[in-house]
Amino acid sequence: MARLTLDQKLAILSDAAKYDASCASSGGQRRDSRDGTGIGSTTGSGICHAYAPDGRCISLLKILMTNFCIYDCAYCVNRVSSNVTRARFTPEEVVTLTLEFYRRNYIEGLFLSSGIIRTPDDTMADMVRIARMLREEHGFRGYIHLKTIPDASPELLDEAGRYADRLSINVELPTDAAVRSYAPEKSPARIRKAMADVRLRKEAAGDKTHTGRRAPRFAPAGQSTQMIVGADGANDATILKSSTRLYSSYKLKRVYYSAFSPIPDSSAALPLVQPPLLREHRLYQADWLMRFYGFDVGEITANRPDGNLDLGKDPKLAWALANRHLFPVDINRADRETLLRVPGIGTRTVGRILKARRHRTLRYEDLVRMGANLKNARPFLTALDWRPRNLDAADLEARFAPQPEQLSLF
Amino acid sequence: MLRVTLPRIGTYEAWRDHARAFLAEGMRPENILWHRGGSEDDLFAQAAPPPRTVPRITVPKDFVALARLAIHHGDPERFTRLYALLCAVDTDRRLLDDRGDTRVAQLNRLAKEVGRDRHKMHAFVRFRDLGAEGPRCRFAAWFEPSHPILELAAPFFAKRFGDMDWSIFTPDMTAHFEDGDLTYTDPAPRPDLPEDAAEDLWRTYFRSIFNPARLKPKAMQAEMPRKYWHNMPEAALIPDLIATAQSRAREMAEAAPTLAPPRAGKVAARVARAQEALTASQDRIHAALDACTHCPLHANATQAVPGEGPVGAPLMFVGGQPGDREDLEGRPFVGPAGQLFDRALATAGIARDTAYVTNAVKHFKFTPRGKRRLRQAPNAGEIAHCRWWLDLERERVRPDVVVALGATALESLTGDRRNLLGRRGRFEETCDGAPLFVTIHPSFILRLPDPVRKAEEEARFIDDLRRLRPHAAA
Repeated sequence: MARLTLDQKLAILSDAAKYDASCASSGGQRRDSRDGTGIGSTTGSGICHAYAPDGRCISLLKILMTNFCIYDCAYCVNRVSSNVTRARFTPEEVVTLTLEFYRRNYIEGLFLSSGIIRTPDDTMADMVRIARMLREEHGFRGYIHLKTIPDASPELLDEAGRYADRLSINVELPTDAAVRSYAPEKSPARIRKAMADVRLRKEAAGDKTHTGRRAPRFAPAGQSTQMIVGADGANDATILKSSTRLYSSYKLKRVYYSAFSPIPDSSAALPLVQPPLLREHRLYQADWLMRFYGFDVGEITANRPDGNLDLGKDPKLAWALANRHLFPVDINRADRETLLRVPGIGTRTVGRILKARRHRTLRYEDLVRMGANLKNARPFLTALDWRPRNLDAADLEARFAPQPEQLSLF
Repeated sequence: MLRVTLPRIGTYEAWRDHARAFLAEGMRPENILWHRGGSEDDLFAQAAPPPRTVPRITVPKDFVALARLAIHHGDPERFTRLYALLCAVDTDRRLLDDRGDTRVAQLNRLAKEVGRDRHKMHAFVRFRDLGAEGPRCRFAAWFEPSHPILELAAPFFAKRFGDMDWSIFTPDMTAHFEDGDLTYTDPAPRPDLPEDAAEDLWRTYFRSIFNPARLKPKAMQAEMPRKYWHNMPEAALIPDLIATAQSRAREMAEAAPTLAPPRAGKVAARVARAQEALTASQDRIHAALDACTHCPLHANATQAVPGEGPVGAPLMFVGGQPGDREDLEGRPFVGPAGQLFDRALATAGIARDTAYVTNAVKHFKFTPRGKRRLRQAPNAGEIAHCRWWLDLERERVRPDVVVALGATALESLTGDRRNLLGRRGRFEETCDGAPLFVTIHPSFILRLPDPVRKAEEEARFIDDLRRLRPHAAA
C-alpha cells in the first residue's frame, strides 16, 4: 500500500469522525496563556470557529487516531467488516495538526476518538499519550475532549481525566437490546460502569484531601455521551427516559442525539430510511425542557399515543395545547416554575420578567422588548393590557400549524 | 451646544471621562454632539474643553458592562443614548433591571449586537503564518467586523496566543501583540499576507467533516453569515459542497452492501477469543448475577451489587438494596448509610472485614429527579425474585447468624416485614430455620431530622450490634 500523505490521512480520519455529533468546547475551568509560556485558552463558553453546510458547528479538530477497528458495530462506518480506506495518524501528526490549526485560530482544541486497535488498553494508551504530549511538551491550554474506551484500564482513565477537559463514552443506542444486536462486542453494562467510574473519579477530585489540598482536576468539563436515533425501533419516550436515567445517574453534561445517517459502505443490517432531522431537533428541545424548565419526561410524551414527539410543533407548545386548563398565566403574578411553562418564554425572559416586575406591572409591549416569542406565548398569558381570546377555541392548534405549502406542478 | 470628539483608540475611557464631568455639571444629553475619530465641524456647536477631573461617581455594575459593549456599536447615536441612560440611571438606580423600558431595551440591543460581533470575531479571525524572526512565531490576520470592536475583541487573542506575536488588521484600527504587549495603531490598508500551506489542510478538514446526508445550509448561514465568508479560507468550498451533497448522499444510500474484507473474519475470531478469556477469568456467580434480568430493576441500574466478605464469615448482614453510591461503585454499604454502619460496627467491636455484608435486592431501584436519583423501596415481587441470589450467598457463606437490617431484609428473610421496631433486637428464625437477628437499617437513623433522636437511635443501633459481638469472629 502506498504511504498516505498527511492530507490524505486527515481526509480519511476526519471523514470517519464526523458521525459524532458533539463538538462542544464549553464548560470546565478557565485557562489562558497570557504569561507567554504556552499556547491556548478556554473561556468556559466555547466557540464555534466555523459551520459546515450540515449546520453543525466546527469547534474542535474532530478526528480519529485510526479508523482501523476490531469491532463490528453495524451502524459504524469504521466497523471491521467495512471496506473503507484505513489510515492511522502517528501521535506526533495529531499533535502537529492540533497546534498548527490552533495557532491559526481554526479550532478550540482537539476531540480525539479512535477505532479499537489490538486491545482497548493499547488504543487508550496512545490517546492518552497524545493528550500528554500536548499538555506537557507543548504547554497546550486549549480544549481536549477524549473519547474513552469503556474497557480500558482504570489507570489510563485516570490519566485521561487529568489531561482532558471532557471525557465521553457513547451509549450508542437507546436500549440495551439494540446495543447487543447492533454492536455485539460492546456491553451496555460495561459502558454504564465506565460512566459511573468517570463520575466517581470526578467527584473524588472535587473533594479536598485531608491536608486541605485539592486533588488534581479530573475532566473539569464533565462527561457526555451520544445516542443514535432512528437506527433501532426505539420511540422518543424510550430515548428520553434513557437520557433522564443517564443524566441522573452519571451527572452527564450533555446527551447528544444523532439522527442515524446513511454511511458509505453501510451494513445490510441497518434500516435504509433516514429519520427526519427534525426528530433530532425535537429531542433536543425536549431534553432542554427536562433539564432547564422542570418538565418530566412523562409530561412531555403523555399525549402522544405512539410515544414520539410531534414533529409539527415544539414540545413545550404541544404540552401547553394539551393542558389548556392551566392557562392563561398572569405574567405579573405567576411564580418562576409556572412562567417557565409558557410557550415562547425562555429562561432568560423569565429572569427579566421577575426582575422587572418588582418595580412595575408589565404590559404586552414590555414582553416584546424582553425577548419573548409572542407568536407562541400570546394565547397563554395575561398582562396588564392583554387578555387572550378564547383559549378553548378549537382552531387554536391550527393557528400554530405550519403554513401549508403549495404543491408544485410536475 | 457642545461638540466632543472621542479618540479612535481608547474611545470608552474618553467617553467615560467626559460623561462623568458632564453629569457633574448637570449637562443635558440633547446639548452634546459626540463624534469618534475625525473631527467633524458643526456650525452650531463649539468644541468641548477637555473634561475636568471630577470625583468618581458610582453606577450599577450592569451599566458599566452595558456601556463597554454598546460603545463599540457602529450606531452614531450610541454615545448620546448611553449618556442619556447614564443620566436616567443616576436618578433611578434600579432602571437597568427593567428590560421592558425602551431606553434600556434599545441599549441592550446594541450591546447584544456588539457581543455577537465580538464572538464572531473571536471565532472567524484566520491567522496566516509570517515565519518566525527570533524565538516567537509570528502571525497576522485581516478581519472586517461589523462594528468597530477591535479594542473589545483583541484581549481574547492576547490571552489565547500568549507565546506568539500577532497582528490583526481591521478597517477601523490595527492591534499588535509583541513580546506580551498589546498595542493599537491607526488603520492600515489591507496587508498582503503570504500564502499559508496549513490552509489547504484546513480546507481538507472542512470538506471531510461535512456530512452530505444532512444538508442544512440555512442553519449554517444563521451562525456563519455570508458577510464573513470572504476572509475565511474554507468558505470558498461551501457552494460546491452544497451542490454535490444530494447526489453524494444518494450514492451512499443506493450502494449495495459489500462483502466484508477477508481480514474481518480473522479479527472477529480473535475478539471472540479475547472475550471468552475475559469471561473465564471472572467470578462465575458475579458474572451471572450481573447478567440477571429476573426483575425489571436491572434495566436502570448501573450494575448488580454482590455481597462482600469472607466465605465462612460467622455474621452475615443483609441490608435492603444498594443506594446511589453502591450502584456506582458496585460494592455494598459504601454510601452514607454504609459509613454510619461501619462506624457503629467498629464501636460495637466487630471488624467489618470478618463479616459478610450484602443486600436483599441486588439492583438499585430509583426514580430520576433532575440530576439526582431518589431511592424507591423494592416491591414484594422484586424482593421475592432476588431471594434466590440471597439464598445462594447464604449457602455459600454459611453464617452462624444472619442479621436483617431493616424491613426489606426482614421481608426477604422471614416473609413478613411487619412490626420491625417491635421485633428489633430479638433473635428469630429465617423461613428455612436459620438463626436471624433483627435490627433497623442505618439509613433510618440518617433520615431522622432531630439531632437528639438521631444520637439516641445511633446508640440503640450500636447496642443491637454489641449483642452480636459473641457471635462475631475473634
